[in-house]
Amino acid sequence: MMDIKVLGPGCSNCHKMEELARTAIKELGIEAKVEKISEIQEIMKYTMSTPGLVVNGKLKHSGKPLPTIDKVKLMIQEEAL
Amino acid sequence: MLKKFASYITYDLLSLSKDSRIADALNFFIYDTLKIFLLLSVIIFTISVIRSYFPPEKTKKILSHKKEFIGNILAALLGIVTPFCSCSAVPLFIGFIEAGVPLGVTFSFLISSPMVNEVAIVLLWGLFGWKVTAIYIGTGLFVAIFAGLIIGKLRLEKWVEDYVYKIHVGVGRETARPTFRERLEGARWNTADILKKVWLYIIIAIGIGGFIHGYVPQDFLTHYAGRENPFAVPVAVAIGVPLYSNAAGVIPIVYALMEKGMSMGTVLAFMMAVTALSLPEMIILRKVLKLPLLGVFAGIMTITIIAVGYLFNAIL
Repeated sequence: MMDIKVLGPGCSNCHKMEELARTAIKELGIEAKVEKISEIQEIMKYTMSTPGLVVNGKLKHSGKPLPTIDKVKLMIQEEAL
Repeated sequence: MLKKFASYITYDLLSLSKDSRIADALNFFIYDTLKIFLLLSVIIFTISVIRSYFPPEKTKKILSHKKEFIGNILAALLGIVTPFCSCSAVPLFIGFIEAGVPLGVTFSFLISSPMVNEVAIVLLWGLFGWKVTAIYIGTGLFVAIFAGLIIGKLRLEKWVEDYVYKIHVGVGRETARPTFRERLEGARWNTADILKKVWLYIIIAIGIGGFIHGYVPQDFLTHYAGRENPFAVPVAVAIGVPLYSNAAGVIPIVYALMEKGMSMGTVLAFMMAVTALSLPEMIILRKVLKLPLLGVFAGIMTITIIAVGYLFNAIL
């Protein structure tokens, strides 16, 4: 099972990022655990610009603007292989 | 062309009399709404594309171990073009400090970023013209550089929360550089995102502005907020601080206030207080700053902004 982390202290963009991740795995039909990380120390392990997306421990996106849904799918697929 | 269109709707389509106040207010409303939204779309898009070349990681690298002064100037300028989500202020602060960006330089960045932003630029430009916009950007940068310099000189590193120095930041973005097409896509997303967030405020604010424009006499505020009243600036700043930094909602109202006699310096000071010195931002920054530093920051900002207000009331 894949492990997806959404990094962000909880503003509207972070919620959108989480939604994007959930939609992506649904449309891809992939089994994954989506976890929201709002603890600042945890976020900083990966990046300083939120919102961030971590797939299987690898930072795939950080900061604004948010990626498109197609890109999010791609980011997840790349790590699924 | 926009003016003609607004007049067409007001006088021909709705056949309102040319001298009536309601027609005047409506005409103002339609024209300004169209103009502002057109400007907003074009400018936010352009700035978003430029911003895609300055991710926070790059800015951090540029500023790390920079000397003060040069660093402060660079930081204030980069504050305009580096995109970051409002919720990133804390991680960004930690990231900068950890990378060896001096405290005062970090502050210059954090001050200029919300104050000199694309929405403020568009609204000022659309309503006041390019001269006022240039003055605002110039003074905004000055305030950011000056306040950052002072904070740097005071050596207040001890008042940063201790845990900040213990955090180690990850490597950052590993993903490939975006293609130009992706930059445009991102810019389009960003433009839509900002417009979605601000359109209602802008319409309401322009509506209120239009009402004031049509119904309140021209010199209504001259007595209270004109340049003769020495208290106008501090009072405007005191009102501005607790208001949340939505440049979109505040500028059209300020515009109408200025038309009715509020002086330029007071307007500038009010806008800066709203955008750069907001209560919600203080609460966020409290996570990384101990109270005395937060107090020093607020104090320096208040004094500088008030000084700017008086200065412009005196010279404009």
